[in-house]
Amino acid sequence: MLQIKNLHVKVENHEILKGVNLKVNAGEVHSIMGPNGSGKSTLALVLARRETFQVTQGEVLFNGKDLLAMKPEEAACEGLFMAFQYPIEISGISNAYFLRAALNAIRKYRGQEEMDAMDFLPFYKEKMKLLDVDERFMNRSVNEGSSGGEKKRNEILQMALLEPKLAILDETDSGLDIDALKIVANGVNAMRSPDRATIVVTHYQRLLNYIVPDFVHVLVDGRIAKSGGKELALALEEKGYAWVEAEDHTAPVAV
Amino acid sequence: MITTTQQLQSYLQAFDQSQKQAPAHNQEAWLRGVREDAFTRFCQLGFPTVHEEDWRFTNVAPIAESTFQLSERGLDGVTDHDVAPYRLAGLASQLVFVNGRYAPGLSRLTLGHKGLKVASLAEAILKEREKVEPHFARYADYRQEAFTALNTAFFEDGAFVFIPRGMVLEEPIYLLYLNVSSETPLMAHPRNLIVAEEDSQATVLEDYVSLRSGVSFSSVVTEMVAGEHTVLHHYRIEREDTQVFHVSTLRTQQGRSASVSSHSVLLGGALVRNNVHPVLAGEGGECLINGLFIGNGRQHMDNYMKVEHASAHCASRQFYNGILDGESRGVFHGRIIVHKDAQKTDAKQTNRNLLLSDGAQMDTKPQLEIHADDVKCTHGATIGQIDEEAFFYLRSRGLDEASARGLLLFAFASECLERMKPGSIRSYLERIITQSLPQAMYPEAVR
Repeated sequence: MLQIKNLHVKVENHEILKGVNLKVNAGEVHSIMGPNGSGKSTLALVLARRETFQVTQGEVLFNGKDLLAMKPEEAACEGLFMAFQYPIEISGISNAYFLRAALNAIRKYRGQEEMDAMDFLPFYKEKMKLLDVDERFMNRSVNEGSSGGEKKRNEILQMALLEPKLAILDETDSGLDIDALKIVANGVNAMRSPDRATIVVTHYQRLLNYIVPDFVHVLVDGRIAKSGGKELALALEEKGYAWVEAEDHTAPVAV
Repeated sequence: MITTTQQLQSYLQAFDQSQKQAPAHNQEAWLRGVREDAFTRFCQLGFPTVHEEDWRFTNVAPIAESTFQLSERGLDGVTDHDVAPYRLAGLASQLVFVNGRYAPGLSRLTLGHKGLKVASLAEAILKEREKVEPHFARYADYRQEAFTALNTAFFEDGAFVFIPRGMVLEEPIYLLYLNVSSETPLMAHPRNLIVAEEDSQATVLEDYVSLRSGVSFSSVVTEMVAGEHTVLHHYRIEREDTQVFHVSTLRTQQGRSASVSSHSVLLGGALVRNNVHPVLAGEGGECLINGLFIGNGRQHMDNYMKVEHASAHCASRQFYNGILDGESRGVFHGRIIVHKDAQKTDAKQTNRNLLLSDGAQMDTKPQLEIHADDVKCTHGATIGQIDEEAFFYLRSRGLDEASARGLLLFAFASECLERMKPGSIRSYLERIITQSLPQAMYPEAVR
């Protein structure tokens, strides 16, 4: 599904990613962990095609296509979805209108028929129920006046509706209380399927109690320093990132 | 002073002509006195220059240096077919004016509201002097404002709206001003008087439209009297051709506990100046001044507010949003004047602007003159570009660049729409605004 080869990324002449390699297959859940400033969010944003980042080396294939040549909307239409760490507030546009416009843009790209309001509403309501979101929410402006938890829930609601092939959750757990965390995790788990992949970017192990990953990677200083199974997350929780960082200097791990 | 003798000469001739054409109401001695007085003042004041604080950002030389003529009668040839796009269902009345002249054949008067008057002002001056004279030219100050003087001297007609005491008029009144240009640049001076007696409620829309493209000059004055405890909604759309010079003034006189909202949407015109001047003369009054201007090409749009708090416990809110593209230029000049006795005044002003091109320019200037000591006045202004983060957010969900930009522009413009009362006028404006936005998406159904 996704293959990242030797990815180098610069922001304002400062190298953030220094050769990331990662392979994600359909049906898998990968977690990318790492200390602050290790490049986790940069990686997520580059995959979502944020154009402020400059890719200096490397290649990313998404279902065999060159992801780095795509615009953000093309990546989205090809089936990539990123849940933002800091979702944007857009006043004056209702959630329902925005989501239907997005869904129809994607459907159009795929040669499917656009969905009218009559078909869209029941579909939307069903997903709202899944994420325990009040129906009145659909007429509210996108993320306007919402709490951090509500915004994150809205991201997952959007994901549930747009049904991506690859979902990237960028620190979706930050700022969530345990109840909201469970709701968000349920939403994500409900979407797990053999033809869909998920990348969970997080600083803490907590979310991984609820979204259990198949693989855990530790990003340190722009490189994946260690990879393993879900037990790696627990080890990190116990020993801290310093443990990997120390190991990294002695024996760089190639993935 | 008027810039050239030649221009003065042309206005003198026009004044002479308008006296000779002598529509019946010119025979009214009181009105003739006002007109002559106004014309004298206009000659003394001349067109304003950028050296005057109130006109710092707007150079009216293109108006001052051109020669405009009054249109001749019966040459416009406007038919019902031309008006068809401007018909709305569920109106109390629709008056149509062509180059400032009342067109009874195109107007639609609905009867059945006892005591309500929606008529030609010229006619009302003759037939209902007792309703007109106590208000006419008492608020808009032709002694100090050159364009008001010009309008007062030259107006031929306009609307007279009278809402009797206690009437709650649900259906809007639609005043449509058609500009039909000719080979020689014409000028028109629509003059409106809206009087709402105590405890009444009404909605009035003024819509300025061009039927042909060409150079012309519209100078408009509307005086609106909001009696005690009235609720008035006033809307103004300027969507004339981009060669039209348009200067308009809305002068509102608010009585005790009156609540007035005035919404201005500027889309057309070459050089547009929109003056909104409410005076909160009675205690407990409220006014909302809401505006949107969308400029492109070489359009110049000047929004001038003068909010006068003349009485205690009044609240005023100004919200203006501007979108400027091309080489267009926008101005927001927001004056708030709090008189000595207007304690507990609560005044707020917000102006937000989006510049879509490097060539677009915006000047925004708050001006607070506070003579009372127990007041709350705030103001804020922003000038920026389309939010890159929001743009990326929309694109990351699959919307292409044009759709994402269109959606963000619509969102910005709809801040203005959301401050209007939901109903047929708001929906009408939403359609008009959406059509004038570059690449905007029209949100139907689920909004």
